[in-house]
Order: sequence, then structure tokens, then C-alpha cells
Amino acid sequence: MSLLTMIRVMSEGLGKTCAIFFLTLIFSLPLGMIIALMRMSKNAVISKITQFVVSVLRGTPLMLQLLAVTYGPYYLFGLTVSRNKLIPVVIAFAINYAAYFSEIYRGGIESISVGQYEAATILGYSKAQTFIRIIMPQVVRRILPSVTNEIVTLVKDTSIAFTVSYQEMFTIGKQIANSQTSFTPFIVAGVFYYAFNAIVGFVMGRIEKSMSYYKQ
Amino acid sequence: MNVLKMTNIKKSFGDNAVIKGISLEVNKGEVVSIIGPSGGGKSTLLRCATLLETIDAGNVAYMGDDVTYINEKGVLCYKKDLNKFKKVFGLVFQNFNLFPHFSVIKNVMDAPVSVLGRDKKEVKEECLRLLEKMGLADKADAYPYELSGGQQQRVSIVRALAMKPEILFFDEPTSALDPELTGEVLKVIKGLAEEKMTMVIVTHEMAFAKAVSDRVVFIDNGVIAEQGRPDELFGDSKNERTKQFLQNYGS
Repeated sequence: MSLLTMIRVMSEGLGKTCAIFFLTLIFSLPLGMIIALMRMSKNAVISKITQFVVSVLRGTPLMLQLLAVTYGPYYLFGLTVSRNKLIPVVIAFAINYAAYFSEIYRGGIESISVGQYEAATILGYSKAQTFIRIIMPQVVRRILPSVTNEIVTLVKDTSIAFTVSYQEMFTIGKQIANSQTSFTPFIVAGVFYYAFNAIVGFVMGRIEKSMSYYKQ
Repeated sequence: MNVLKMTNIKKSFGDNAVIKGISLEVNKGEVVSIIGPSGGGKSTLLRCATLLETIDAGNVAYMGDDVTYINEKGVLCYKKDLNKFKKVFGLVFQNFNLFPHFSVIKNVMDAPVSVLGRDKKEVKEECLRLLEKMGLADKADAYPYELSGGQQQRVSIVRALAMKPEILFFDEPTSALDPELTGEVLKVIKGLAEEKMTMVIVTHEMAFAKAVSDRVVFIDNGVIAEQGRPDELFGDSKNERTKQFLQNYGS
């Protein structure tokens, strides 16, 4: 198989790689905020349970969680494994990444000085207004570098979908590598990921720059 | 009618009783300075007045309207809707607490627009006039980080004034400033006093308190040790504790 054919066949899986990437972001970014708010809840039970769940999600491999979401329903309830693997992949990825994002959000929110809340309270802002108008814009700016870090990792983690044979780019590459006994597909995959992350880095750099019109 | 009436306020943090029964009334147009040693309860009293801390006993009333009530079980409760009280007072913090992501003009006009729901154009004109009065006309589009401490504090005074409060509290407004910047802030407060703005000022600037106040309150160890006209208190106080405190300040 020529190099060009390899690239062409593997790039057919890029759409699915992008699907995992974007769907995971779309679901995990807001879900992370919900988890962060639950973690910071004044209700100790909610806070403790959330803390435990997050520790499990961060403390066990994503690959294991992916296998559990994909095949767990079959082993536990005898349900058929869904043919469209995108659904379990996105569920596992979104929940796992939400756990990481939640801790980034929490760190950001707790880093805002209490004086900002007090100034807003005195001026009569409601709790929701304070959070949306005063706190969050400052939080977003502070956590952006950490979020970029996670997004870069996500690009590479999409390759974990090969464990459930979801036909994304890396899965296809691995199949070619096996059938052709060649290492070249892995190099192609490496270049693809690097290029993808170069774009991520550029976009996130732009967003960071657009927010750096003030200093803390 | 009193703008502010605090009655027999008590406040503890754990076992530490910080305020042990303080009553304070402030009339319209009156300027009251609160002085006293650190840890004596001055700032806590201000935080209780501005509802940043909840009191353990007593009552706070604005314009004759009580903030708290005693429920049928005899427990002190705060009223549900505190927003109407927040419209009555403003607070200037020691470390400004401006919103760093808002420009100066946005810092000043955001609350009147988004909290009080007032017309944006009208508020902006008002705020620009206030900024001009404070010598900040050219800073409207600057961000807080571009300003000196004194300028930031003047902006935060404008931010409080933009809400048109009946009474303005200052919590050590010059304590976070370099000595050469305190003057410009004190001058602004003095100007407000001349316009008969009702103010309560916690301060360590004795000369300023003497010059600007109608009444000086000396708080020590959680109680009002002495209060009176500035010339009485600073002139020849009969109170040993006051004398000792003022001596340490060399005034």
C-alpha cells in the first residue's frame, strides 16, 4: 500500500475523530460547570458525593470507562451493544472530560477574591448577575490556559476509541498497520494529531489574546 | 428621621465577641467618623451595617425601616427582600474592589443600568459628569489596572455615588494607598461632606477625621468608648482610653 493510499484511507476516519472531539467539548464544557457547582454546593452530601464521583472519573483510565460504557449494559442488563459506537464513545469522553473541566472551573471560581462578590452584593447585583457578569468573565480568562491543555489532550485521546473499534482515524491506522505489518500508519497518525493540535493551539491563542485587554 | 439607626448590635465570630452592644444613629447630612485601634470592631460594625455580616442581636434600620425582625420563636431574622435596603447605602472598600474586566465607565454605570434598570444613555451622562467632577474625565475608557491607587479609589467612590445612595460608608478608604495618594481621595470625601452627603467613615487619618466630621465615634474592644464633636474628642477628652489612643497617633 502506497503512502498516499494510506493517508487517503486514514483521513476518511478524520471525520469521526472530529465528531468525538467536538461532541465531547460541546457536552463536557457545560457539564463540567454543573459538576463544579455541585462540588461547591453548601449541601455537604451533594458536595461529598460529587467529590467522590470526580475522584473515580479522574482516578481510573479513560479506556476502562469507555469499555464500561460500551459493554457494561450488555454484561449488566443483557442489552445489545449499540452498533453506532459514537454514542458510548461520546458519553464516556464527555463525562470523563467534564470531571477534569469541573476541577479547572472550581479552581478558577475559588481564585476570584471575595471582594469581587462583596462589591457586587453591595451594588445590589443578584447572585445570578454576579456570577454571569462579574465572576465568570474573570474565571474564563484565568482558566483558559488549563482548558487549552485539556483540549490538546482530548485531540490525542480520541485515539482511545480504537479499544471499542470505532472507525476513527487511529483505529483505521492500526488496522492498516496490522494488515501491512508496517509502522508507517502510526507516523501518519502522529502527523495528523500534531497538525490538529497546531490548529487548536492557534485558535486558543487567539481567544486568549482577545481576552487579555485587561490585567487582574 | 435617622438615615441609619443601629440598635444594640452584637456580633461574635465563634467565641470571639467583636461587637458587644453598639448603638449608632446617623442623621441626614451628618458625617460620622469611626476611629479606634485595630481589632476593636470598627470594620465589623461597618460590615454589619452594610449587610455583609449578619448580626447576632440588635437591629439595623434604614430610613426608619427595620432590616431584621424577631420571629415567633424569638429568633432574630433578616427580612427576605434586602434589595430595597441596598439601594439606600453605598460602600467604599479599603482595597477598591473595582471589576478588573470592566472599563472605568462600565464599572461605574453597570449597576445603575443592570441592577436599577435605568436608561443607559441617561446613566452614562450622569456618570461622565461625576467622573469629571472627580478629575477622572480622561480615564473613562481606561481599565482599573491602568490607574493609580488613588484614581482607582476615586472611581470606586463614583461607582458608589452612581447608585445615588442616601448614605455612604467608607471602610478605611486610604489605608491601601501610598501616603502621597491619600490626599486626593480625602479631598474628594471632603468635597462630598461639603455637599452634605451623609457619610460614615472608618479611618485612621486623625487629622482628616477632625477636619471633616460632625461627630467622631471612638470604638474600642467592641463598644463605643466615647463619642462627640471632633473638637471635644480631639481637644480634651475625659476618657483615659481615648487619650491614650490619640497620644499613640501623635495628634
